Amino acid sequence: MLEYLIRRILTMLMTVAVLSILVFIIIQLPPGDYLSTYIAELESQGEMVDADKIEFLRHQYGLDKSMPEQYFTWAWGLLHGDLGYSFEYNLPVNEVVGDRLFLSMILNFSTIIFIYMVSFPIGVYSATHQYSWGDHGLTLLGFLGLATPNFLLALVLLYLANVWFGTSIGGLMDPQYLDQPWSGDKVLSVMAHMWIPVVVIGTSGTAGMIRRLRANLLDELQKQYVVTGRAKGLPRGKLLVKYPLRMALNPFIADIGNLLPQVVSGSVIVSAVMSLPTTGPMLLSALQSQDMYLAGSFLIFLSILTVVGMFVSDVLLTVLDPRIRLGGGTRR
Amino acid sequence: MNDKLEHVVDAAPFDPYTVEALTPEQERYYMASQWRMIWWRLKGHRLAVVSGLILILMYGMILITEFIAPYNLHSRDTDHIYAPPQELHFFDKGRFVGPFVYGYDYHLNMDNLKREYTENPDKVDRLRFFCLADTYKFWGVVEGSFHFVCPAENGTFFWFGTDRLGRDMLSRLLYGSRISLTVGLFGIIVSFVLGITIGGMAGYFGGWVDSTVQRVIEILRSLPELPLWMALSAALPINWSPIFVYFGITIILALLDWPGLARAVRSKLLALREEDYCTAAVLMGAKPKRVIARHLLPNFMSHLIASATLSIPSMILGETALSFLGLGLRPPITSWGVLLVEAQNINAVALYPWLMLPMAPVIIVVLAFNFLGDGLRDAADPYA
Repeated sequence: MLEYLIRRILTMLMTVAVLSILVFIIIQLPPGDYLSTYIAELESQGEMVDADKIEFLRHQYGLDKSMPEQYFTWAWGLLHGDLGYSFEYNLPVNEVVGDRLFLSMILNFSTIIFIYMVSFPIGVYSATHQYSWGDHGLTLLGFLGLATPNFLLALVLLYLANVWFGTSIGGLMDPQYLDQPWSGDKVLSVMAHMWIPVVVIGTSGTAGMIRRLRANLLDELQKQYVVTGRAKGLPRGKLLVKYPLRMALNPFIADIGNLLPQVVSGSVIVSAVMSLPTTGPMLLSALQSQDMYLAGSFLIFLSILTVVGMFVSDVLLTVLDPRIRLGGGTRR
Repeated sequence: MNDKLEHVVDAAPFDPYTVEALTPEQERYYMASQWRMIWWRLKGHRLAVVSGLILILMYGMILITEFIAPYNLHSRDTDHIYAPPQELHFFDKGRFVGPFVYGYDYHLNMDNLKREYTENPDKVDRLRFFCLADTYKFWGVVEGSFHFVCPAENGTFFWFGTDRLGRDMLSRLLYGSRISLTVGLFGIIVSFVLGITIGGMAGYFGGWVDSTVQRVIEILRSLPELPLWMALSAALPINWSPIFVYFGITIILALLDWPGLARAVRSKLLALREEDYCTAAVLMGAKPKRVIARHLLPNFMSHLIASATLSIPSMILGETALSFLGLGLRPPITSWGVLLVEAQNINAVALYPWLMLPMAPVIIVVLAFNFLGDGLRDAADPYA
């Protein structure tokens, strides 16, 4: 187990390293470096450009050096928690993001929890009551949930709230708590606002999860050991929980690998639509204004979030299912 | 008494296969090619067939958008800004007049500055069919002004309402489908080629090629798609012409989509390359390219097509999301996502809810592709 953990952590670190190179390349893609954009912008506003400051920044971020060197300076900074300098806000990225990263994590985490809590009972119900009215209805709902892109769902909800209640359901907390230190009331306010984006982001994931759990459980329910169990007089409920459910649970956990990137993607665009104080809207504005350090740090953060999440799911899976071979023998 | 049986010889020629003879129906069944059998299977899925027909209809429509749309993409009616959808009527005061709309009377509500349109029951604008109206350039080449349906002379026909510039939403939707529907198609072609080539190489050669490809796939699959798409499309140069941006976006969409296909191709090839017929082909001097394309791929082409069908909707959604966020296509290119940009302002949407109409085709198309893909996947292996 320990050996497996170490190997898994090493691959994760490798992945993160490759990711950082990828993100760095993406940051560098737009023509010209950020400083030239910045200078051009200042000049277009008729402002004097402080040559000293430019020189200072150019030196600090090593823009006069070669690409690999620049990458290492940037990555080294990342490792030490220095995310770079946001040219749009004229502040270090660390100060700009504030608790956005934290809120993003909370949002994604709650969404995953929501997906599991909702899809599990529904999936079990659908499978045990196959072809009943409830099953058909839920399947239809699931298809609609899969087909409706979450940002459109967010838009519709915003519209309905506006028409019916005359209020905006955007945001993640009541306005008076913005920029306030964390307190009990603030947490409550966040929780009261959180459920709407969580439902919106989680819908398609939930729908997919229900379908998969239903299919898995149906496969298991047709197997002979279930019949044997019934013939020996095991109560239906106990039998279900004891054997087929456990078997069907496996893909449920393993699927977090598909789920997580999906949820993170969804949260970005839904946050942008509902203007939540998470990474989404700021990533969007950073990309639009080509504030590449800011965008890059968000990108790296979101990618690491998924990679770490997948690592956790892999470890969970091996703990849950001893049949999964720890050695490299799984390959063909 | 002669009880010897007469020696009878049947004059008809002897056919040892009569027992195994097939009725024409059986013959048709047993001799059917794989694709024919897939087609038979698919026909059994009613939902898939209906979805397929809807898609064929929609893709057919984008061929002749200019003819179907009542207005031009850019024609503006400044007298009808934010006009609500006009209802289609057939009977006026109990009398049948054929399809027509009531003209609008306009006044500005000075309280909330909302533009208010009321139907004028005296203004009966009968629709004209196969008529001349707005001029257009068919596919940007041939000039014309012939439409399937146009508004009455000096009348209007805003079935889906108008936007903030007084442009007909229906026409814009129809023009937008030309972009939105083809983005997924081009994207999937690129992703298909990438997936088959890379996955094919990994599966066929194995060894270090395989493990490199596997690592790359793992990394790509662990990435959140949308933020990456956003970053890549933000990196597209602003001074590119619309057509370049369009192809840039499709390639970006395909860049994150091929790993799924490549994985499927690889795992199948790993198993199939050990088959005797594959060895035979290699011994006869076939190059890897020929072995893969000619002998191995056809084995599971139907599966690949099914899974490709299932990944088209995610591309369409991707384009819509990117354009909606302002990072994808930009006007003057019109796609459903670009149209939805107008719906970003929730206050505008609250007053003029028909701005959200472009959602409907998005959802319909995504559902249709999903149903069709499900049906195809079930039918892909007709021998099972």
